[in-house]
Amino acid sequence: MLRNILLVIVLVILSLVLVNVFHEDDTYNLKLEELRHKYALKHIPSVDHSKLAELQKEFKSPQEVTEACLLCHTETHKEIMASSHWNWERVAYVEGRGIASAGKKNVMNNFCIGTSSNQQSCAKCHIGFGMTNDHFDFNNARNVDCMVCHDKSEEYMKGVFMAGYPARTVNLEKVAQSVGSPTKNNCGSCHFNGGGGNNVKHGDLETAQLSCSRDVDVHMGANGMNLECVACHTAQNHKILGKLYSVSPDNSNRATCEQCHTTTPHLNDMINRHSSKVSCQACHIPIYAKVNSTKMAWKWSDAGKLKDGKAYEEDDSLGNHEYLSIKGSFIWKNNVQPDYIWFNGTASQYLLGDTIKSIPVQMNTLNGSYGDRNSKIIPVKIHVGDQIYDKVHHWLIQPKLAGEKEGDSAFWNDFNWDKASIAGMEKSGLPFSGQYGFVETEMYWPINHMVAPKEQSVGCAECHTQHNGRLAKLTGFYLPGRDHNKILDITGIWVFWLTVIAVLGHAVIRISITIYKNKYEKQIINYDDDTTT
Amino acid sequence: MQRVYIYKGFERFWHWLQASLIMFLSITGFEVHGSYTIFGFEKAVEYHRVASWMLIGLIFLAIFWHLTTGEWKQYIPTTKKLKEQIMYYMSGIFKGESHPTEKTGLSKLNPLQRLVYLGFKLLLVPITIISGILYMLYKTFDQNNIIVIEDYPLEAIAFWHTLGAILLMIFLVIHVYMTTTGKTPTSNIQAMITGWEEIDEEHQEHNDENKKKSEKK
Repeated sequence: MLRNILLVIVLVILSLVLVNVFHEDDTYNLKLEELRHKYALKHIPSVDHSKLAELQKEFKSPQEVTEACLLCHTETHKEIMASSHWNWERVAYVEGRGIASAGKKNVMNNFCIGTSSNQQSCAKCHIGFGMTNDHFDFNNARNVDCMVCHDKSEEYMKGVFMAGYPARTVNLEKVAQSVGSPTKNNCGSCHFNGGGGNNVKHGDLETAQLSCSRDVDVHMGANGMNLECVACHTAQNHKILGKLYSVSPDNSNRATCEQCHTTTPHLNDMINRHSSKVSCQACHIPIYAKVNSTKMAWKWSDAGKLKDGKAYEEDDSLGNHEYLSIKGSFIWKNNVQPDYIWFNGTASQYLLGDTIKSIPVQMNTLNGSYGDRNSKIIPVKIHVGDQIYDKVHHWLIQPKLAGEKEGDSAFWNDFNWDKASIAGMEKSGLPFSGQYGFVETEMYWPINHMVAPKEQSVGCAECHTQHNGRLAKLTGFYLPGRDHNKILDITGIWVFWLTVIAVLGHAVIRISITIYKNKYEKQIINYDDDTTT
Repeated sequence: MQRVYIYKGFERFWHWLQASLIMFLSITGFEVHGSYTIFGFEKAVEYHRVASWMLIGLIFLAIFWHLTTGEWKQYIPTTKKLKEQIMYYMSGIFKGESHPTEKTGLSKLNPLQRLVYLGFKLLLVPITIISGILYMLYKTFDQNNIIVIEDYPLEAIAFWHTLGAILLMIFLVIHVYMTTTGKTPTSNIQAMITGWEEIDEEHQEHNDENKKKSEKK
């Protein structure tokens, strides 16, 4: 008789074990292998620019190089001059604003605030020459800077405070002859250093990715696929795929994981199904700022303190600035666990002249919610801080920060907010009341890079848990393992244990009555009978 | 004393497999629910799914068996002697009285069992399984990448599934305890294992008649 039970139990356990063993998905992922093969082949250019006669000369100005480029690439400047890298703005439909043109020209951030009146310095990251103020001629093809993106000699660099002109030491001939498809060096010269230093802004894009291990970034890792940025951010006619929601509002022309990996990259169907509500990045980027620290907070209200009448800086043990007289105080962090939000691909930015609606001021708002069919959970870096605003007009002030010399009202030279505000707002064409204060600000940076090897991706129980899961703050929907109906659970537990007690009570009464009635002996006899049969 | 064959082979196989599956599903299920950690969330979900498909398969077999053998008639509810049966568990059992109903191969369930098991089969199990299937298919895509189930909130599905699971656990406690109320504390369990149960002398005649009837059939 025991045989039957044992057989059934053993069969159940055995089948479960077998299913589990055969279900381990360490099998060969053909899709991934095909991608590896595809991207292992490096493109060989069909032209060696060092052999071209037009480039065998001494260039007196960078514009001459551009002219040389245009001799062969006769129409390419048109593509460049239609791009946001050149225009620093993009026309798009923005929810609640209508058709608006937004970009570095008029979008504000909570790092160095904005470009207006600071072009001389900010234009270090403009793909043109001579953007000294807001009267730059965007129709002059001679000022297109081909070299900053296409230099492969690692010789080219833009000068500091030179309105986008290269540093005077650059050997233009060498650069012109080296040109080719952009590498990490080219893109990174601006995109790794946004906000005034390495990894300040993004947190997931920094100089370490020029040569890092797979653990830091599976795509860019030198011991991995060692991909260039343009492998994913592909371009046709200089229209480059991908953009960031610090400056872009609309859900178009995005670079996505799915463009290579498809919507069903896993061999496990259960994980594939997550892609309806969870972005790839949410699980595959468990932490960012893995090598160097990134700025998490920036308080402009602390700026301007001087020691003996001079600007000073204080650094932490890792060499990160904790305080700079010109910029204020900072909080840096590395190996940061991202925050998570719902995001549907559309965003809106705080534009110069917008009235402050809420505090902290949302420098950019990423739209989305659980109920929105197009929304997914994405990881973000939330950068907080405070910055100067007009107490009367209730808008953020665009101060003039960068200037050539002392006395030209720039905050970085004169440390005077009044002068800097007057000068900055005058350039922006907006009134300044003369009364200023500091208001808290918040900015959202989607985390897309520093994808970890699959072994390090976020495990199920890091979200599906009742205690301090990664998604603990994301409410408004039912997450299995995290959420439960409290009334049902508490009632259920009570009724269950009451039942157990009732059953035990029943048993106790039965047993005691049996003993009381002196049927004890009989019970023993029965018991013996049972065991002998 | 007489030994009577009450539970047929398939019935016993079905009963014990269903019992093991329900217990395994409750262990993994409450782990998915977040009540404790044994296998780890990922494995618990995986095991829960596999076991749930096994249970669904088994239930289809059981339905087929009940329909083809006519055993489903065992569950036709009756109020006859229902009160007596309840009174027996509440007082008679303590006084050492015998069961108010007899157990035979043709009528193995007492009126209370008929009612409870019918509720188990027609309400409890369907609620749990249907909500479980909805849970499983929630937010899935069909071949055209269109979401199959979306408008019904997962919270409600999870509520019914949890409710079913809790009721099943309460059923399990009472059910297991009730098996000890047979002639001896283990006689009912032995019957479910071997199929044979010893019946009191006083019912012997009835059983003999029943046996003859069934033989004639």
